[in-house]
Amino acid sequence: MKNKVIIIGAGPAGLSAAITLAEKNIAVLVIDEYLYAGGRLLGQLYEESPGKWWNGIAVSKRLFERAKALNVELLLQTSVSDLEKIEQEWTVHTNKGVFRTRQLLLATGAAESPFPIPGWTLPGVMSVGAAQVMTNVHRVKPGKRGVIIGVNVLSSAIAMELQIASVQVAAITLPATNLLTEDSGNPLEVMNSLLHVSQMAPSPLVKIGSKFMKNEFMKKLGITFYPKNGVKMWDIPIMLRKAVVEIVGKDQVEGVVIATVNTDGSIVLGSEKRIKADFVCIAGGLYPLAELASLAGCPFHYIEQLGGFIPLHNEQMETNLEGLHVAGNITGIEGAKVALAQGKVAALTIAYKLNTGTTKQEIQRAIEDVETTRANAHIQFHPEVLAGRQQLKKIWTESFLKVTK
Amino acid sequence: MTERIMNHPVLGVLPSKDKVSFIFDDQEYEGYKGESLAAALLANGIRTLRVHEETGQPRGIYCNIGHCFECRVNVNGLEGERACITPVSDGIVVKSGKTLPTSVRDWRKNNEK
Repeated sequence: MKNKVIIIGAGPAGLSAAITLAEKNIAVLVIDEYLYAGGRLLGQLYEESPGKWWNGIAVSKRLFERAKALNVELLLQTSVSDLEKIEQEWTVHTNKGVFRTRQLLLATGAAESPFPIPGWTLPGVMSVGAAQVMTNVHRVKPGKRGVIIGVNVLSSAIAMELQIASVQVAAITLPATNLLTEDSGNPLEVMNSLLHVSQMAPSPLVKIGSKFMKNEFMKKLGITFYPKNGVKMWDIPIMLRKAVVEIVGKDQVEGVVIATVNTDGSIVLGSEKRIKADFVCIAGGLYPLAELASLAGCPFHYIEQLGGFIPLHNEQMETNLEGLHVAGNITGIEGAKVALAQGKVAALTIAYKLNTGTTKQEIQRAIEDVETTRANAHIQFHPEVLAGRQQLKKIWTESFLKVTK
Repeated sequence: MTERIMNHPVLGVLPSKDKVSFIFDDQEYEGYKGESLAAALLANGIRTLRVHEETGQPRGIYCNIGHCFECRVNVNGLEGERACITPVSDGIVVKSGKTLPTSVRDWRKNNEK
């Protein structure tokens, strides 16, 4: 198969890019290993404004149907195992054969970081995203009563989704601090990060935040007086002064042991208590899923605000390897709408190279659209995402200067 | 036992799908055509999909989207298939992952001081 642009990943970024390319009459092949098109957009469900829901399944379906109508070739249930450049062509190895292209777009999205906690291998322990997919996509309850470990934007959003589907969430709580949980087990750091989720649905937590959190001292005070049994958000207790020290059960999850924690995250000895649950979600946050960019030989930079190691790329979504582009969460953790906008930029950049009458102005407008979308985002995974983007831009410019000197 | 969400306040009524039957560890179960094997098994109350190859401790789904490989099972004789991204179809035969021989360790236990 030749002369087709190949996109790896049929999530919002990949589908949006495929549609944009196809609208320019460019042949596209999209490869994805999941059962359905849509990526992690599929599971998303939240109220953008009263009565107006962002329904990931419906949005995915619209994108999929638009792509199909434009004759985009979609190869689902196809796993990419290797990527190499052979004689100017990107060679994509999959379980359904080898595909080659000069213009490749990686839109592989993100993966979830786990917290290793004693008992976390028991059946019934899953990533918070797993519970979201089970509930909203497969429509199977992950269990009757769950505990979510890890307090962040993603876990509070999914807790609400579980609640909507009548799956009881007994508590959202911290992981006990250890070498691997880092700041996620520290009440003060978590409180700090939560103060930035104010765009999310009105919650008592945010009210507490805005009242008390004016400075570091007040923040400490807030944590010190933070109710031991948590503050309820959508009827779910958010426990910043409790941490799960162990997940218990014989052959599957039967409950968790929670303990009171001090403001620095240390456990108050003797405060351990067992609570019942038949499933547990671990919410350690998202990081860019970028192994293919690594295989291709892209340089990486660690940018905390973007969620981890990011393949070096510019605003046009080009990496510094010829014919290799990136879009969506592989470039940094943000919402699906930003991914959609980035997919368009990547597609226009490719279309420009293929001489299809695409103008630089079109690309520029699409870049501006990414920025506007980012500024208006409903959920911000990291409050300083813009600073992260600027840092990457600086690295790109500097590395380019070094080469040309 | 978990259950299917037939009526969702926002997503609506679960669209009707063809039922299929499949075998998991010699038992017959029902699922919806095209849904993931992991979802079909969970809807039947099955969480344990394999045991750790060495220790025999039970394992189930973890990430549910193909990243972690915790849900690997044998599907129609093929080892290492991820239950979370394998579609259920009529008559498929699935086997949970079992412990593997640990001959070196066992030999050492009996032969080394």
